[in-house]
Amino acid sequence: MEVEVADAVIQAKGLVKRYGELEAVRGIDLEVRAGEIFGFLGPNGAGKSTTISILCTLLRPTEGTARVAGIDVVHDPAGVRQRIGLVFQDPSLDDQLTGRENLEFHAFIYSVPASDRRQRIDEMLALLQLTDRASSQVKTYSGGMKRRLEIARGMLHQPQILFLDEPTLGLDPQTRQTIWTHVKELRDSKGVTIFMTTHYMDEAEYCDRIAVIDRGQIVALGTPDELKAMVGGDVVTITSSQPDAAAREIEAMLGVTPSRENGTLRMEVPDGKAFVPRLVRELKAPVDTVSMRRPSLDDVFLKLTGRAIRDEEASATDQNRAMASRFMGRRR
Amino acid sequence: MSVKVATMPHAAAPPAPVDTRMATLRAIYIIWYRDILRFWRDRWRLVASLAQPLLFLVVFGSGLSSSLGGASAFGTKGGLSYIQFMYPGIIGMAILFTAIFGAMSIVWDREFGFLKEVLVAPIDRSAVAIGKALGSTTQAMFQGLILLVLAPLVGVTLTVPTVLAMIPLAAVLAFGLSAFGVALASTMKSMQGFQVVMNFLMMPMFFLSGALFPLNNLPGWMTVLTRLDPASYGIDPLRRVVLSASGLPSQVVDRLGLTINGNVLPIALEAGIMLAFGVVMLGIAVVNFQRRD
Repeated sequence: MEVEVADAVIQAKGLVKRYGELEAVRGIDLEVRAGEIFGFLGPNGAGKSTTISILCTLLRPTEGTARVAGIDVVHDPAGVRQRIGLVFQDPSLDDQLTGRENLEFHAFIYSVPASDRRQRIDEMLALLQLTDRASSQVKTYSGGMKRRLEIARGMLHQPQILFLDEPTLGLDPQTRQTIWTHVKELRDSKGVTIFMTTHYMDEAEYCDRIAVIDRGQIVALGTPDELKAMVGGDVVTITSSQPDAAAREIEAMLGVTPSRENGTLRMEVPDGKAFVPRLVRELKAPVDTVSMRRPSLDDVFLKLTGRAIRDEEASATDQNRAMASRFMGRRR
Repeated sequence: MSVKVATMPHAAAPPAPVDTRMATLRAIYIIWYRDILRFWRDRWRLVASLAQPLLFLVVFGSGLSSSLGGASAFGTKGGLSYIQFMYPGIIGMAILFTAIFGAMSIVWDREFGFLKEVLVAPIDRSAVAIGKALGSTTQAMFQGLILLVLAPLVGVTLTVPTVLAMIPLAAVLAFGLSAFGVALASTMKSMQGFQVVMNFLMMPMFFLSGALFPLNNLPGWMTVLTRLDPASYGIDPLRRVVLSASGLPSQVVDRLGLTINGNVLPIALEAGIMLAFGVVMLGIAVVNFQRRD
């Protein structure tokens, strides 16, 4: 991934963040170009949020350097902050205020010139389709509207880079789709560079380039197509009542060991269309179902790390739930 | 590489350098303004906030007046009733609670995420402490001074000069306690410490402030504590102004007022102590906020 330096709006070299014994980020190098949508993909706890926090100057790296919009994040954090927009993972709106008031607040603390204030607020409200609800208190907004308002706010001071940390977390699929449409539109109309993190594999498809991060390190970086090409061909999945026998046969036939998940066998083959008929014809073990599909980024992650991102997501949800109940308990 | 950088309009050029001092002032203004907006929007709280002072004056005040009867220092001598004595103290109470609660809303902002929006902004973080302190000061002044409408009810006559004298005194008390609240909030990362502050700081501050009884002829330990309570120096001037305006002889006013070693403190000195306390507290809050987390 050679990128010309002149084009890079984010450059990070050897970023490390340690919390005592724990190494959350273990040597990250990356370059993000002007005008691209750059995705940071990985399970919870992989170091995504830590890395984004370093780039946004919210955390100091233990080691390494990073320049954002040409400015060093350690030496001039305020300079960086004036040039970036932030949408946090957790909501950070004042829900007693109206949408417009939230934007006005932001315009003031980011020194948006008084002459531009109103016009820019109106423009952002229109772009994110919030104009007709601008005078309602944010507490009456849906989750998707709140997110859109946060994106509008992040763009208000005309940043060069918009950072989105898990922008669609907790939203329903349709709303997630809408958010993405808006993000793409912003990139196209405003030329802003987007740096976003997600653990939804399907969302990474919207990105121009993706860095896959696992256990504090980047394990792959490229366009979605390039990453999918790493899987090699098609993904074929079969279910069988005798998975062990089927696995042995497939291994003999293909020379690869299928990955197993209960009664399901999964394999990657160069030409799925030709492979499936042969498999069904030649396999002596009973085959209950067969499916074939193009590789997804889930498959990429599985291949790179040997784990499915979904498993981690489930356990993370449980953790969040546990945290939530602890929090509620405390408040009572 | 499918990215077509060249065809894309570039994002706005880096913003022109911002005058930092102006940026801080703007931030202080908007942080203050947000508090006022929220305060104003929450009409129910405005109404509800009158309930507690009324309860104190009408129920607590009347009850205690009757049981003290004419035997107390508040009796017929000088024509001062307990409710009249207590009235400026209740104004002080409203200021005390509103100021500290208002300032501590920073902890709520932290809990619900909004504080992050402010803390990541390219502004000097002193703006957070100052804006918040001024926001609570304004709210507390309003909550305290609105109780002046109850004056006829408790038999206190107010004149224009009295009210004019009370405004700056209320402001100084409100500022000192707001700054104290911001300093407290700047050290708290969650709402857990809130109950502790409520029970171990605010209630003692209220009881020891002279809002409910004169701070003279108390046991020695209590005399010391009442003189250490910053609220004492804010409530005493309010009482002196109200009682003097009610035509009470100055010896009686002095006898009920705050003394140190038997010396009556001038109002200006008391206000100065309160103001200095507020400035020190605000300084602590600023330092705490500027430390990067």
